[in-house]
Amino acid sequence: MTESRYTDQHEWVRVEGDVAVVGITDYAQQQLGDVVYVELPAVGKAVKQGGEMAVVESVKAASEVYAPASGTVTEINDALSAAPQTINEDAEGKGWFAKIRLADKGEVEKLMDGAAYRKFIEDLG
Amino acid sequence: MSTNPPAAPSAVPSTFTGNKALQIEEPLLFEQDSPGRTGVDIPDPPPFQHRLGGLARVTPLGLPGLSEPQVIRHFTRLSQKNYAIDAGIFPLGSCTMKHNPRLNEKVARLPGFADIHPLQPVSTVQGALELMDTLAHWLKTLTGLPAIALAPAAGAHGEFCGMATIRAAHAAAGQNRMRVLVPESAHGTNPATAAALGYHVEAIPANERGRVDVAALKAKLGPDVAAIMVTNPNTCGLFEDEIVAIAEATHAAGAYFYCDGANFNAIVGKVRPADLGIDVMHMNLHKTFSTPHGGGGPGSGPVALAAALAPFAPLPWVVHGDKGFNLIETATGEASRSIGRMKAFHGQMGMFVRALTYMLSHGRDGLKQVAEDAVLNANYLLARLKGELSPAFPGICMHEALFDDRFLDGTGVSTLDFAKAMIDEGFHPTTIYFPLVVHGAMLMEPTETESKASLDQFADALLSLARRAKSNGEPFHSAPTMSPRRRLDETRAARTPVLRWRPSAPKQAAE
Amino acid sequence: MRYLPLTPTDRQAMLATIGARAIDDLFRDVPEGARLSAPLDLPDHQGELEVEREMAALAAKNVAAGAAASFIGSGAYRHHVPAAVDHIIQRGEFLTSYTPYQPEISQGTLQYLFEFQTQVAMLTGMEVANASMYDGATACAEAVLMARRITRRAKVVISGNLHSHWRDAVATATRYTDSKLDVGAPAANGGEVLESHIDSDTACVVVQNPDAFGRLRDVSGLAERCHAAGALLVVAVTEVVSLGAIKSPGEMGADIVVCEGQSIGNGLNFGGPYLGLFATRERFVRQMPGRLCGETVDADGRRGFVLTLSTREQHIRREKATSNICTNSGLCALAFTVHMALLGSEGLKRLARLNHYKATMLADRLSKVPGVKVLNDTFFNEFTVALPKPAAAVVETLAAKKIFAGVPATRLWPEARGLDNMLVVAVTETSHKEEMVTYCEALTEAVR
Repeated sequence: MTESRYTDQHEWVRVEGDVAVVGITDYAQQQLGDVVYVELPAVGKAVKQGGEMAVVESVKAASEVYAPASGTVTEINDALSAAPQTINEDAEGKGWFAKIRLADKGEVEKLMDGAAYRKFIEDLG
Repeated sequence: MSTNPPAAPSAVPSTFTGNKALQIEEPLLFEQDSPGRTGVDIPDPPPFQHRLGGLARVTPLGLPGLSEPQVIRHFTRLSQKNYAIDAGIFPLGSCTMKHNPRLNEKVARLPGFADIHPLQPVSTVQGALELMDTLAHWLKTLTGLPAIALAPAAGAHGEFCGMATIRAAHAAAGQNRMRVLVPESAHGTNPATAAALGYHVEAIPANERGRVDVAALKAKLGPDVAAIMVTNPNTCGLFEDEIVAIAEATHAAGAYFYCDGANFNAIVGKVRPADLGIDVMHMNLHKTFSTPHGGGGPGSGPVALAAALAPFAPLPWVVHGDKGFNLIETATGEASRSIGRMKAFHGQMGMFVRALTYMLSHGRDGLKQVAEDAVLNANYLLARLKGELSPAFPGICMHEALFDDRFLDGTGVSTLDFAKAMIDEGFHPTTIYFPLVVHGAMLMEPTETESKASLDQFADALLSLARRAKSNGEPFHSAPTMSPRRRLDETRAARTPVLRWRPSAPKQAAE
Repeated sequence: MRYLPLTPTDRQAMLATIGARAIDDLFRDVPEGARLSAPLDLPDHQGELEVEREMAALAAKNVAAGAAASFIGSGAYRHHVPAAVDHIIQRGEFLTSYTPYQPEISQGTLQYLFEFQTQVAMLTGMEVANASMYDGATACAEAVLMARRITRRAKVVISGNLHSHWRDAVATATRYTDSKLDVGAPAANGGEVLESHIDSDTACVVVQNPDAFGRLRDVSGLAERCHAAGALLVVAVTEVVSLGAIKSPGEMGADIVVCEGQSIGNGLNFGGPYLGLFATRERFVRQMPGRLCGETVDADGRRGFVLTLSTREQHIRREKATSNICTNSGLCALAFTVHMALLGSEGLKRLARLNHYKATMLADRLSKVPGVKVLNDTFFNEFTVALPKPAAAVVETLAAKKIFAGVPATRLWPEARGLDNMLVVAVTETSHKEEMVTYCEALTEAVR
């Protein structure tokens, strides 16, 4: 399994073979507060990098989640509907949103790596 | 930033009942049911042949039966758990929580206003139509704009109305303009309304003085911009001092200037929006003109319109002919280009009666004094508080004062905690976290109906809270401790919504 | 001025604290050209005595429905509201309170909203209801937008017998969306077939029951056809008292129910403020517009109530909100809740029965007036009669005698054909037999 990559919209992506697992970062879940609901895309939906993929809701905010890479949704994390708090507990692990069959792996390689992302959120202050 | 209430020493009283003197626990209506009991005496008709065609209801309604004494006691006890303007200062920014005069309530209940049906023959409701016409005259004079649409039911509805006339006007002129510019600091209804009308919404940044960045606005204006939506004074409580330049640039680009009139209380009777270049403005009768907030509604949102937009006003139109007043209820004749009807019937008449009573009571001199006292009161609070709290912007404000959370840096106390601590001091908290452009915002609008003594007490209490927060912020996390309920678990409410009472065991079918 | 507490001394002291010389220093950001140089053309302030006199003079130019024999319905109904209701809504803690954004000090409002939502769900036979909307017509428009969001379809089938104001509110709200409205023509004699209009592009069908001519219909079959095509059924109810006698829309398979709640707790008020009721199925709750009150616990574990699922609303979602609505109909909803609490199941059923009984009484009498025909086989408290001459003129003639005969169908549907002689007549528990006698006598003469 390769290491995670990050977007400036606070999504992460981890490539496992042909498929990429995506979700929101731990920083994002902290900003949101207690997650109460997630609206996931339909399996089979085509997504473009930077396009809207999902919506995550906390009590006080609702945020769009953008696809970190282009492709087709092959699987979604159904467990999140009964337990949205998983996103708060383990955003970059069990709190994954969806799996995407990538159209272009090159898109992922251009994203920030862990060190770059950590610096990015530090600079946000 | 969890909304789970933090653990704290319990505030539940040790009484048998769970009551605390005048603070009395009250179950739901449905938990006090007795079958067959009722609080009305309605005669049963004799047996008769019904015409319900087999559609009679046979399943139980499930509504509980209570007598009148129980119902009065139930709602009286509930009322005692509510903060209200009648009880104390209600300093919510942009809500204009001013005193609700009781004469307005008395007049609204005159049978000649309260007991008339909207579809009575027009000859039998000439007084009602005249009232609407008179109210429109006052609003025209106060805004300087030549036409008023009275139909919208509330502010957001008025925004829809105003923006819809803009869209219709552009369409009629063969213009295809699909962008609307809205300041970042705008109230959420502004972009929501624009989006509902199919517009693409773009944000205009604020400058460091808290006003619309005019250069940024000019850069965004173009032949595809339909309108800008600006609040003035803005949601930071500041007068847009470059408003004339904003209006000129907007008009030069062929766009309309929509003004959100939520903050009209700062300038009513002193400045006419038309003189600032505004083309269309909705007003909130439940803010500026004292109609009661009623726990969240009803409101009324009439819209003042420039001549170019007047032909598109929603139905119905109140018109005056030689036979008296009439209603135009269809898009024919002079109203043929109307955007149509927005709701059933003619508008929030009950609020028109109250607002006109208020206007007649104040008159032009009183309304001018309202704006002046509103602005004076807010600046007085600002002056008293700025030593300990941190104003978001330097200088004077209009009718509301905006603070940010810099004064709480290092205390561990958030704006939310600080607001909750106001409750134990006997005040409704200020508006918090709005506008979004300021960090940890606290927006306070005292209105003109607060006395100096009331303002001093409020200011003194906030100064005390600020000093306590800076010396030991810990107790703020569990505030409030003395209210009928402590902090409520909003996360739980959103994760597992329980939106109604349900019987624990199914009722029997026959009732 | 009696509503302004500041004295000249106060103002001086406050200006000094602020560091301003005069009040206009605080208005220095107002452009020169916008500073008013002359007083506005409006009268100066007046005392209560004068204001009351002026307003009473306006009121006296109207004929109150109570001072006439009134048989007008068509979306607003004259019912008796128990005295206790007005006393409760005039309590300052209700009248002058705000939206319950600070739940710790708004449990009064929140609890009655929870009770209101429950009452509405029970009446309509649905699972959940919101904390009210502006009125039934705008609630209907919101229902259409909601159905479009859920199904992601554009076509909306609207019964020709939906109240024309409601139809128009839907049209205005959808005017700048890509909705395709398929609107029927009003038909007083029934026979409208909506099923054939349903296809795979249909988001919802909107039907009123009892309809605008007073006719009852069983919409269960229509509901099944909608669901088979993946569409939703929206049922509109203009007279909420009818739910005390008629099978609920929920039982008949409705997906969204929208009602005008004015009949309960709220007077006629020349058309506003009224009360939109909105109820739906649990699974659609996140698509429901308007405020919602939910149950939870506080830090001490005690039951309490809060506004919830606010992320659907404008103050958070902004452009993506389910609706731009901000206020609900608060005090009108309270009046409804109090009145419904006094009625209970027993009281509401009796009230409904009495309304229906009186309507049958008048219908039978009217059928005996030469040339007059009652068109309805079924009705609750409203029905349509065909006169031998245009109804609008007859209504004017009777109005001069302080009889409000009903609503000419042409007032609601001026563009439709064949409705000239039709009159929609409503009867409630407030109608007396003597009034019905007077009405029939006057009508007999007017249509001779």
